[in-house]
Amino acid sequence: MTQIDVGSAAGGVGQAGVEAGTQSRRRALRARRLRRGGVAYALIVPAALAYALFVLRPLGLTLQFSFYEWDGITPSTWVGLANYGALLTDPTLFGPILNAFELIVFFSFIPVALGLLTANLIRGIATSRLAVVARTVLFLPQVIPLVAAGIMWSWQLSTNGVVNQILRLVGLDAVTRAWLGDFDTALGAVGVIGAWVLLGLCMLLLLAGMTKIDPALYEAARIDGAGPVREFFAITLPSLRQEVAVCLTVTIIAALASFDIVYISTQGGPGNSTLVPGLEIYYLAFFEREVGMASALAVALMVLVLAVVLPLQWLNRESDR
Amino acid sequence: MLLAVASAAGCSSPGSTAGEDAPDQETPAVAGGTGEAPDCGTEPVTLDAYFETGFPLPSVLAEEFSTQYPNVTFDIREDQFAVLTQNAPRVLADDPPDLMRLPQVSNLAEDGLLKNLDPYAEAFGWDEWPASQLEQLRVDEEGRRGDGPLYAMGLNYSLTGVFYNKQLAEQIGMTEPPSTLAELDAALQAAKDAGLTPMAQFNGGATGGLAFPLQALMASYGDPAEINDWIFQSEGATIQTPENVEAAEHLQRWVDAGYFADDVNSLDYAMMMSRFIGGESVFIFNGDWESGNLDEQMPGNVGFFLMPPLEEGGTFGAMSAPLTFGIAEGAENADCAAFFLDWVATDEAARTIGVEVGGSHPMGPADAFMPEVDPDTVTAQTLEAGAALGEQDGAMDFIANATGSIYAKGWTPNLQKLVAGEQDPEGLLAAVQAEYETEAGN
Repeated sequence: MTQIDVGSAAGGVGQAGVEAGTQSRRRALRARRLRRGGVAYALIVPAALAYALFVLRPLGLTLQFSFYEWDGITPSTWVGLANYGALLTDPTLFGPILNAFELIVFFSFIPVALGLLTANLIRGIATSRLAVVARTVLFLPQVIPLVAAGIMWSWQLSTNGVVNQILRLVGLDAVTRAWLGDFDTALGAVGVIGAWVLLGLCMLLLLAGMTKIDPALYEAARIDGAGPVREFFAITLPSLRQEVAVCLTVTIIAALASFDIVYISTQGGPGNSTLVPGLEIYYLAFFEREVGMASALAVALMVLVLAVVLPLQWLNRESDR
Repeated sequence: MLLAVASAAGCSSPGSTAGEDAPDQETPAVAGGTGEAPDCGTEPVTLDAYFETGFPLPSVLAEEFSTQYPNVTFDIREDQFAVLTQNAPRVLADDPPDLMRLPQVSNLAEDGLLKNLDPYAEAFGWDEWPASQLEQLRVDEEGRRGDGPLYAMGLNYSLTGVFYNKQLAEQIGMTEPPSTLAELDAALQAAKDAGLTPMAQFNGGATGGLAFPLQALMASYGDPAEINDWIFQSEGATIQTPENVEAAEHLQRWVDAGYFADDVNSLDYAMMMSRFIGGESVFIFNGDWESGNLDEQMPGNVGFFLMPPLEEGGTFGAMSAPLTFGIAEGAENADCAAFFLDWVATDEAARTIGVEVGGSHPMGPADAFMPEVDPDTVTAQTLEAGAALGEQDGAMDFIANATGSIYAKGWTPNLQKLVAGEQDPEGLLAAVQAEYETEAGN
């Protein structure tokens, strides 16, 4: 695409001499285009190399490893699809996958819903200084490294952490517990950390989408007597369909492929109640030294993510037509 | 598309080069094979060392060694134990250190990554030490531990048991350590009745610390040797014995009686230590690697006892494991590294450092030099307990070391479930045994 733009922009002006015949002129044009194209390709090369080296190669290696039984050091044995077969028949893998789907509620639905709400509120006060402060504060979690966020939250959620202190302050002593150490609340507590991190991203994306909505639409709606709620559902939400789809895509991937937050805050515990596929891959590869099995699970996880996310993309494109 | 990517990645099977390079480990040459013990010579030597962060003992020993043998310097790299565990095979294969803090050795030895230390053991006379000291570091051809060539050495050997806060113990009327399990139960109940937290044992995240009391209970109910057989993956070994079920049931009773803090499932090791030091826990199950630290943080206020037997004078056991160090198969200065390991166990200055900095008993012959220790310290008590355990032959390796991920996938989740009432004692052992068989079967 780039080379066509460059080519036409420069070629259009052309110092095609009056004296030259049509044929030679065409040939010269073609040569120039080729040359420009060459430059464009050359410009892509570094990025393409990096992409091939750091994305395609690991991807290919993962796929290759998944057909072997290998401990990471000694010679490997070709086992064909046996690793994948083991995946499908291992009942202990359902738990982590189910947990990952539960995390979608926290990592995806809550940030998108809250993001819509906050973005709408911030748009309403767009000119005030409060809007800038609110935007910055809500986006800040995106800037903090996930590991730091995980450690901070595991303190806040501990027995004597801020969360329980506040609950005790308002007389809810009975509710207090070690949130990350309780079977009923650990997954939810991990989800809250994820929601906190991803809310800022969703809010910013949605806010950016709102700025391109034609203000005339709101004016027209107001003349027709629509209140803020009606405005939101009739104008804002439909106009943001694409942004919402992007938010959902990014956050669903974050939920299904989650690793860092879980690893820092619970390591899958208590009793596997927060175990996710990402963590399972890590245990397989680095503790059980089953590199082949871990790779197979990684490939399967990728397929699962695509299976969830691609229909979303397709739906979005369909509704655009 | 994926197939194209796969072919781009190169088609040789993974690990094939490592196989070709695997050195022949049958005949390790020691000092020209003259039968003379190897040493570090007089030429300048730099030992490439890979230690564990947070434990100063090896570095202090290295410093003292360099003072005594000025031609030897150490190039030390440090990492956390979890990092060491994950990277051990790669580091040993690609960048073989002369001296390295090792995780569980069986896979590493099986893969030919560690030097066979038998010739050194013979040259230095390590084979004349009490056999139990080195048992855990022997690996046979099948990757089973307990027997076969020696693949690692210890800097000292640690011991686990029960630490208690003396002031709080006095408060509940416990003037001397319990001598039977029933007495310990009574002390726990007294602590509970006094409104204290009997045990703030860690059991959160990926660290199922209730394995400490469980294994101690197993040794009081059953035979430590059988537990070792299971850990060493002996043929047909199982954790589901009647004695172990009784032990797990006893642990369950402690959970049900509220002897553990409410939030044990969210406590990590550091939190346990800070609560114990802060006087918020009467007892903890832990190891003597904390003795030096506790003597410093709570001087004169900490007591230690081994898990008491069922009946007075009965048998008991304790987890006791060498602080494992090995030499990479491809190490450049293996002779000097082996000489260092021998020096740690035999030199008086080194043994003093081992006790004062490490807090644990040095390796070596039973009658070797021991530094004087203030009898009021908990270090003195743990050393004494070590001697008593030695007479009993009650030393066991840790049940979490049986396979690569038996701790993360077997013990930890099921002990956490036991605390939450989602697993019963028999189910706990069955689940762990199932995980053990999947992994040991590989």
